[in-house]
Amino acid sequence: MIDYLINHYNYWVSILLMMAGLYIVIDHTNLIKKLIGLNIFQTSVFILFISMGKVDGGTAPILEQGYSSFSNPLPHVLILTAIVVSVATTAVGLALVVNINRCFQSIDEQEIEKIELEEE
Amino acid sequence: MLAITAIAIIAMRNILSVVMLGGIYSLISATLFVVLDAVDVAFTEAAVGAGISTVLFLSALAITGKHQALTRKNHIAPLFVVLVTGAGLIYSTSDMPAFGDPQAPIHTHVAPRYIEQSGQEIGIPNIVTSVLASYRSFDTLGEVVVVFTALIAVLLLLGINRGSRRDDL
Repeated sequence: MIDYLINHYNYWVSILLMMAGLYIVIDHTNLIKKLIGLNIFQTSVFILFISMGKVDGGTAPILEQGYSSFSNPLPHVLILTAIVVSVATTAVGLALVVNINRCFQSIDEQEIEKIELEEE
Repeated sequence: MLAITAIAIIAMRNILSVVMLGGIYSLISATLFVVLDAVDVAFTEAAVGAGISTVLFLSALAITGKHQALTRKNHIAPLFVVLVTGAGLIYSTSDMPAFGDPQAPIHTHVAPRYIEQSGQEIGIPNIVTSVLASYRSFDTLGEVVVVFTALIAVLLLLGINRGSRRDDL
């Protein structure tokens, strides 16, 4: 039982973080906070991939004399790409938020809804 | 640590402290990546995630104003959705290989070839670099295209309506 807990701890941490991010996205109405929730969600996926690439007793995947066991380099490559793309998408999201703020003078979903209802 | 920071982010009402906590969160996850042997990922996360993201969020806040109230809707429905999804995901992890197991499927197919051959084939000691820049260089080119597209999108969004208000739309 204890072994099972230790062996799957990494998955549970990333699921906990993922759910925290999802909760922020659903529950909060402030658009910037929603984007931060999305970032947390993304980081949890990164942690999931990287923790799956870890090998017991392995070192960082850099070839050097005296080391023969390495962690899996493939998740690292994928996540490097994903981190850069995540920043690009965050930038687009923030640009959208700035534009919404320019139109409605608010970045709160509920206030924007109110303004739209009043206009109808 | 990460979980505590994430929960603090949920609870915080002040948007500025939420953004700063987001930066701290990225930095902690970068240290976690070092522990998990992913040094390249760690310094990308520290530079890009903790650095550039935080600067982007702060500049967006500077434009939109940091004194936004953080109102919240009904808590119960989202909490229910999150708990059910989380329980389903945790249930599905019971089939996953154990943490650090060298016999896990992920370590037995493609990765050994890179680890054994990339030294002779590419001649770069860092395997992550040789996969990223040589074996998968088209992926990296695609990534550059994505970043370029994002840049164009940001410029269009911020530039095209400059100065115009809502009545013009």
